[in-house]
Amino acid sequence: MPECFIYDAVRTPRGRGKRGGALQSVSPVDLAATPLRAVAARNGLAPGAVDEVVLGCVEAVGEQGGDIARIAALHAGYGDDVPGIQVNRFCSSGLDAVNIAAAQVKAGVTNLMVAGGVESMSRLPMGASGGAWATDPQIAAETAFIPQGVAADLVATKYGYSRADCDAVAVSSQARAAVAWEEGRFERSVVPVVDRNGRVVLDRDEHPRPGTSLESLAGLKPSFTQMGRDYGFDAVALQKHPELEAIEHVHHAGNSSGIVDGAAALLLGTAAMGDDLGLTPRARIRSWASVGTEPCIMLTGPGSAARRALTRAGMTPEDVDLWEINEAFAAVVLRFRDELGLDDGDVNIDGGAIALGHPLGATGAMILGTVLDALERTGGTVGVAALCVGAGMGTATVIERL
Amino acid sequence: MIEFTVEDGVAVLTIDMPGRSMNVWNRESLAAFGAAVERVAADENIHAAIVTSGKDAFLAGGDLDTIGALAGRAGDDGSEDADELHESAGSLSRLLRRMETCGKPFVAAMNGAAMGGGFELALACRHRVLADHPGAKVGLPEATLGLLPGGGGTQRLPRLIGVQTSLGLLMEGKQLRPDKALKMGVVDVVVSADQVVDAAKAWIRDDGSAKQPWDRRGFRVPGGGKEDPRTARTFMVATALLRAKTHDRYPAGLAILSCVREGLQVPFDTGLEIETRYFVSLLRDPVAAAMIRTLFVHLQEANKGARRPEDVPRYAVGKLGVLGAGLMGAGVAYVSAKAGMEVVLLDRDLEAAERGKAYTTRVEDKRISRKRSTEGKRDAILGRIHPTADYADLDGCDFVVEAVFEDRDVKGAVTKQAEAVLPPRAVFGSNTSTLPITGLAEASARPESFIGIHFFSPVEKMALVEVIRGEKTSDEALAKTLDYVQAIGKTPIVVNDARGFYTSRVFGTYIVEGFAMLLEGVAPALIENAGKATGMPMPPLALADEVGLALMYQVGRQTQEDLGDAAPDGPSPRVLGRIVGDLGRVGKKSGAGFYDYEGRDKRLWPGLAELFPTSPSASPDVDELQRRFLYAQALETARVMEQGVLLAPEDADVGAVMGWGFAPWSGGPLSYIDGIGVAAFVAEADRLADAYGDRFAVPELLRTMAAEGRSFY
Repeated sequence: MPECFIYDAVRTPRGRGKRGGALQSVSPVDLAATPLRAVAARNGLAPGAVDEVVLGCVEAVGEQGGDIARIAALHAGYGDDVPGIQVNRFCSSGLDAVNIAAAQVKAGVTNLMVAGGVESMSRLPMGASGGAWATDPQIAAETAFIPQGVAADLVATKYGYSRADCDAVAVSSQARAAVAWEEGRFERSVVPVVDRNGRVVLDRDEHPRPGTSLESLAGLKPSFTQMGRDYGFDAVALQKHPELEAIEHVHHAGNSSGIVDGAAALLLGTAAMGDDLGLTPRARIRSWASVGTEPCIMLTGPGSAARRALTRAGMTPEDVDLWEINEAFAAVVLRFRDELGLDDGDVNIDGGAIALGHPLGATGAMILGTVLDALERTGGTVGVAALCVGAGMGTATVIERL
Repeated sequence: MIEFTVEDGVAVLTIDMPGRSMNVWNRESLAAFGAAVERVAADENIHAAIVTSGKDAFLAGGDLDTIGALAGRAGDDGSEDADELHESAGSLSRLLRRMETCGKPFVAAMNGAAMGGGFELALACRHRVLADHPGAKVGLPEATLGLLPGGGGTQRLPRLIGVQTSLGLLMEGKQLRPDKALKMGVVDVVVSADQVVDAAKAWIRDDGSAKQPWDRRGFRVPGGGKEDPRTARTFMVATALLRAKTHDRYPAGLAILSCVREGLQVPFDTGLEIETRYFVSLLRDPVAAAMIRTLFVHLQEANKGARRPEDVPRYAVGKLGVLGAGLMGAGVAYVSAKAGMEVVLLDRDLEAAERGKAYTTRVEDKRISRKRSTEGKRDAILGRIHPTADYADLDGCDFVVEAVFEDRDVKGAVTKQAEAVLPPRAVFGSNTSTLPITGLAEASARPESFIGIHFFSPVEKMALVEVIRGEKTSDEALAKTLDYVQAIGKTPIVVNDARGFYTSRVFGTYIVEGFAMLLEGVAPALIENAGKATGMPMPPLALADEVGLALMYQVGRQTQEDLGDAAPDGPSPRVLGRIVGDLGRVGKKSGAGFYDYEGRDKRLWPGLAELFPTSPSASPDVDELQRRFLYAQALETARVMEQGVLLAPEDADVGAVMGWGFAPWSGGPLSYIDGIGVAAFVAEADRLADAYGDRFAVPELLRTMAAEGRSFY
């Protein structure tokens, strides 16, 4: 079976995903094309060189719909003969794009792939694509649907994470992201987004709030109390988890992931293709896994996904040097660390989505690049990127630095 | 059945079903109305039609006896049933669609109430005129019986008044008075009853167009349809709120939400087809059959006096005596005066009696503030309540309700004092929840006219009255009592005398089961959530706090003293001994019981964890806990039946649902047993008895029924 190597990984900076965010002026196709162009330029890829482009995108409707992977590839000048496919597994879509591309390479079907993701949350807000899960009464009842924020509070309640525990995760995320930017740790990956005249629209993550402290977070009101108490979702959560008396609402804007715009892409391929193109592989994709778990609590999948992926690679958590767990909510990080018995010092060492933001369809590809950069910087070998996923799923990928 | 007249090209269809006080939809009326519609459609000389009624009410909806039979039959499943049901259950829907698309406008001239299928007929009309008298209510109450409006109601109402507003009416089955109906836009005009046909004619003259708004090009749902993001959010939240409230015990609510949501995605006719599918699925679900049987058929029978001895002439209570002006006595005085009776409200001193009368002022003032009553009505009611401390004022009373302290001696004394002045025809009813009536009757000089009449608190809200027949109570006294209960608009059940009678005895087993779980080491939150999930109105520990732990502790100790070693050694003494005896936590009143109370909030008392440590071996399965709660009550009900305390299963089920809110979806404890199947229920109860003790011991009655393949209904 051929190996699948990572040759390059780039991402855009993340712009605040709302009115006034720097990237709101950039169309989703332009946003997606930015890392695609960078990958082609940095690696000297001729039009037609890539076998296929796979992009994750969650709210794939409107101007972000209609197979944005193919359209962005055409827009980025990949050539008429390069097909594209858009994939969606909610928050892990970007990582699934990588896994799907790697599967093709390892199966010997393709030799050179570009995989990544895009999400313009300022232009296509969360929920824009609808879906039966939340709004079809039959389905919502069968699956005990609750919004993610209430689910995050359920995780915190069930596993005993206090507001202070969660705020500490947020403070750490902000501090680490600030250091990472100060020390230029993202320089290799981040490419600026420019307008049609070449002017820089954004070259640095827009969401972080350096200097965030426990005190500054203390004043924030929990975000999901009304959803839970007044709209019935706490009761639905308790029906599914009846050992709990009440849901403690601990998550707020400051300890949940930021809503941002962004895109990312990785260049993947066989060893032979790398040789042909004169490229040096940076890492090998060892294994990956996606899992399904109880959909109501929703956010506890990444632990089992990571375990399953490691088992497939013949490894255990002890073999892993660095971890990236998407900071969808602080409680997700805490649960992931506890479930796998990890040291805080090995997890999200350059900050995470609480500081940097979580552009849904792109995040998985972004954090895989982040863990690769961090392995190279620290001299570590094995890294894992994992995300919690809507409807109770989880996805994780194991890479080995070369 | 339908009078058909034509004048100036306008047909007037007057529905007047022979041999009935009200028009309903059944096979015959559907056929007759269908023929009338076709006649309107075919006759070139007719250009419009008006539908009205020859009764006081317009049309009361589907014939529930017929629907109940359909629902019951469908429980046996089988795909032929589904085909057949789909055909028959969709007949009203198809007929109304034919009417609204036949090319000629139909106008509803509602001279009186239009409920359910009757209101659906109106909704399918182009224009709706409603009479202005208070009895002319409209609404779609199907959900309250486990059904949905299957005649297009879930499709037309949202298109008429918007999604959000319609969901409130559809899911809660609210009935609207004419002014409210007009304001909400579910009717177009309100006029006096004798003007409804003229108003309908006027609309035909002024407009007379045939096409419904939703059949016109470019129609948009008011307030936003499927394209509006608020609509998706509405369904998301409505589903959660429904589940929070009903714990998935009532499929009708979810079905209604789905009909409305799915109907918005598709053309109107497809929406009707979807509605019929959900309607049939509800008919096939045992919940609707059980609810119709208990909450409609048997409830109505009870209200009409099903257990009343026939050969006693009707008895009118013109003057009522109420002994004791506490909460219960004051409530009885209020509801009786409201029903038009003169009430002598007697207590130890005039001041206490006046305080009891003031209760009426408080309740009525609240009603006035909600526009449910008027100052005139309040004053008339107050004028009929005569507070006193003088037993001589009881002279001429037709009926006496004694509602003094639950103490044999106190009750005996007031009985004697009252009887001294009562006329021979008067019945003496003792309001007690636990003391055996035969014993209380020993204080009476005429025990044949002595009876138990157990009201529930608060009297003006609780519909049930448990009538207890003592050993010597005569048929005449029973009949008179039932006539009184009927006169004050309450629902009676009749039981024979025994400790705890029926309701108090069975109700207690729910709380006791919660105590047993505590002792086993089940986490308190799990106990409470399992209790809620059964569909009981409150979880057991919270309910115990409401009832009052001190009272329960005291009753238990009294029983211990009375019966000595024969007293049952259940979980109650052990739990209450610790929490009340050792710690003095007496329940909600003192702010500390199983819960800690702070203002309107309450949280389980953290100390429970130490007092009743959770055990990992205790069953964590919430389904098993739910079963235990329901089985404990159903088994005790079966024992009450076996001992002859209950006269009829109908009374058992009506009494349980109305009295202490026993899981209404089940139709009551005996319906619950029937629903599981007696044999399967017995087998499961045997397993529970092995696992958790004699509380689940199966009475012989059930074993015999299982062996003979019998059921309660």
